[in-house]
Amino acid sequence: MEKTKKGVRLEHISKIYQDPKTGKDFYAVKDTSLDIEPGSFVTLLGPSGCGKTTTLRMIAGFESPDEGEIYLGDEPINELTPNKRDTAMVFQSYALLPHYNVFDNVAYGLKLRKVPKDEIRERVMKILDLVELTGMEGRMTNQLSGGQQQRVALARALVIEPSVLLFDEPLSNLDAKLRVSMRTEIRRIQQEVGITAIYVTHDQSEAMALSDKIIIMSKGVVAQMGTPQEIYYHPVSEFVADFIGEANFLKGKMTGKEGGNAVLDIEGNVLRVEAAGHMEAGKEYTLVLRPEAASLADEGGLPCEVVLSCFMGSYQNYHVKVGNTLVKLEEHNPKNKKIYSVGDHCALVFDPRSVHVL
Amino acid sequence: MAKSQGAALDRKKLMADPIMVTTIVLLITFLTLFILYPLAILLVDSFIGDGSFGFSIFKRIFAMPSFTRAITNTLKVGFVVGILSALIGLLFAYVEVYVRMNRVVGGLFKVVSMLPVVSPPFVLSLSMIMLFGKAGIITRFLLGIYDNSVYGYWGIVIVQTLTFFPVCYMMLKGLLKNIDPSLEEAARDMGAGRWKVFADVTLPLLLPGLGNAFLVTFIESIADFANPMIIGGSYDTLATTIYLQITGAYDKAGAAAMAVVLLCITLAMFAVQKYYLEAKTAATLTGKASRGRMLIEDRSVKIPLTIFCALVAAFVILMYICVPIGALFPTWGYKFFPLTTKWFQQVFTRYRGFQAFKDSFVLSFISAPITALLSMIISYLVVKRKFRAKGFIEAVSMLAMAVPGTVLGVGYIRGFSGGLFHTGILQGIYGTGLILVIVFVVRSLPTGTRSGISALRQIDKSIEESAYDMGADSFKVFMTVTLPLIKDSFLSGLVTAFVRSITAISAIILLVTPQYLLITVQINEFAEKGSYSLACAFASILILITYGAVLLMNLFIRHFGTSKQIKED
Repeated sequence: MEKTKKGVRLEHISKIYQDPKTGKDFYAVKDTSLDIEPGSFVTLLGPSGCGKTTTLRMIAGFESPDEGEIYLGDEPINELTPNKRDTAMVFQSYALLPHYNVFDNVAYGLKLRKVPKDEIRERVMKILDLVELTGMEGRMTNQLSGGQQQRVALARALVIEPSVLLFDEPLSNLDAKLRVSMRTEIRRIQQEVGITAIYVTHDQSEAMALSDKIIIMSKGVVAQMGTPQEIYYHPVSEFVADFIGEANFLKGKMTGKEGGNAVLDIEGNVLRVEAAGHMEAGKEYTLVLRPEAASLADEGGLPCEVVLSCFMGSYQNYHVKVGNTLVKLEEHNPKNKKIYSVGDHCALVFDPRSVHVL
Repeated sequence: MAKSQGAALDRKKLMADPIMVTTIVLLITFLTLFILYPLAILLVDSFIGDGSFGFSIFKRIFAMPSFTRAITNTLKVGFVVGILSALIGLLFAYVEVYVRMNRVVGGLFKVVSMLPVVSPPFVLSLSMIMLFGKAGIITRFLLGIYDNSVYGYWGIVIVQTLTFFPVCYMMLKGLLKNIDPSLEEAARDMGAGRWKVFADVTLPLLLPGLGNAFLVTFIESIADFANPMIIGGSYDTLATTIYLQITGAYDKAGAAAMAVVLLCITLAMFAVQKYYLEAKTAATLTGKASRGRMLIEDRSVKIPLTIFCALVAAFVILMYICVPIGALFPTWGYKFFPLTTKWFQQVFTRYRGFQAFKDSFVLSFISAPITALLSMIISYLVVKRKFRAKGFIEAVSMLAMAVPGTVLGVGYIRGFSGGLFHTGILQGIYGTGLILVIVFVVRSLPTGTRSGISALRQIDKSIEESAYDMGADSFKVFMTVTLPLIKDSFLSGLVTAFVRSITAISAIILLVTPQYLLITVQINEFAEKGSYSLACAFASILILITYGAVLLMNLFIRHFGTSKQIKED
């Protein structure tokens, strides 16, 4: 796989669709610009209908952008048909050719490229080895399990040595356990080959596990782009915070500053958090608190009332009310901790540093 | 918001695919020239055929009592045949899906559903005359009635009903199988009796489908030419009136206007069926049956239903058997023994039977692969691709379904006998084998396209996309992915096209020249002349050929079809 890696650049890309019910046009993707670095693994993440699949299909060439230009490396590719683009896609439904066996499926792209027979054989076997399907080359695709079919689909995409690998929710048809092991596989193979990969999913844990960078999309626009850590710890909006992981939102008014801390009034309680640069006294702010970052104590934090207490095995799940705000939290390793019951009045405690101000 | 860039890019991508562009252009040319144009010329002729634009020709034909009578006759027959066929079809379908049958009755059902597919359209008229006519075996020899007339209204109704109800039966069977048994079980569980369940649950769910079956038969009946021709006697329908107007009265402008009237009737029916009832059927019966149905074992239900259906089925089969047997009697109606092959011999020695079979066979053999390939290409374009002219291609190929053969025949006469728009261009193809092949193709195209479309809809779109993504162009995708995946549909389309062509008569009878002898035209001629034994001999051989073709296809699919193995997935 000695090939120069290529990045993908989207410049002000839009795609307009017609709503089949109302007949009105709307932006499926709107003015989206992305710069995907060569060799990186980037995930487009978002709820259904956010435009992530449309974006991917525009990169593959199945859809044509209504505005903007797409570059593969430095080459504009808007006018190229999918078969002329140096990209290869792994489909949600695997889309293996059902009348071919594993070998012929993987060899299909090479045959189209008129690669000599011996070389086809060699390259196919090498790739099947990489995806751990050695010995399966004679099987028909319907004799394979879902996970194996997905490996064939991956091998087929890899064998033509594309500049960019595209994944369209490839794991969503697999069961939960297999999904976890396959995503590790995909990441391993991508790292081994060193190929640029763009991956579409609505599963946030998949995105976290796989990606160098996550692009969160909502209603056709990019909501945030960053490393998994950046997005998890520093979401830019309630939407992002809520979409990635669980999040509690505490609303409060900044009453003043004390050293590096901002003083906020939350449901009548005083709370000190690290002040972000943009904060000003007298304004309302929303604080993001992750459920695993908080715990319950008899006293010392924000006074609250337990409304749900539920044993989940590895953690105790609580819903508590701070004034009128519902806060969900997870007390991990609950075996030797005090368990609060519904109706108990106690205190919600957390490290002010683990709170993110929007 | 401007979608212009996306549209322009889509167009550029399409243009980068010359084979695809050429295919689309050729296809549009073909459809325009051989489906749209002949219909358009009918309109033109009937409005300006007299030299000036106006309704004068329509006024003239509507003043003919024979024509207005033909309209009422046609509608009356169509209506009754539609209702009877839908009801008998429903009964058959219900018995098959709901009642436990023994194997013999089940076998009868299968034969009944197969027969109309392989037999020429007018076989039942022949046997009707031979069984119940003046010299009919049943009327004259068993019952001693000497002057029974089967010609006319009832003759057409009975023959058409028996010909078309299997189509309703197959349609309704499919729908009944899709009703989730839990719905009916829920009603029974709540205390409804079997009749109540049928009336309150099954029937309402089935109603749009029943309406659909009725209309499909109605259209078939209106368009039917051969049966009214043979058994109608003086009871003329629109199709036969148009035929006589052009072959007997040489009134081409009048025939064109009549054809326009017939076309309008069928198009209206077709529009209702296609856009209203089909959508409704799909809306009420979407789910697949979740599991097997408890079959009715109750003898008081089972026995009468089974007996009735078995009798009807046996009767239909008897009528078909009557044809080859009729060809073996020395003189039908007078002398039955000893059985003789003299009619079969005469077919070949005296009446140029060999040429007739050769001509029919060769023309159908040429048109079948063209039809099959063309319908698969159309299906592929309609289901899998998007481009501007797609709507046109889809609409025109569907339109061909609603055009009665007689109308198309008149359209071809008017459209090509004097060249395009009577200018002499393309006049050369008129009267040749080529135009016959084209008519065969056009007449079979809708059936092939419909089956191709439904086969392709079941194939995940991303399979073709993946091949495209791997580097295949449209032509490669079609040849290496699409076609292999719908091989079964292609093969059956091939045979259906062959069978439809070799048994076709309505359009072809208007266009055939003495240079070509076609079996169906021969049969029609002999039946007209009253030489039923000869007609039967011709028809028997024809049935043998078509049945052989279907058997061959089934064998082929069983051994070479890939789709089975894919479907198991």
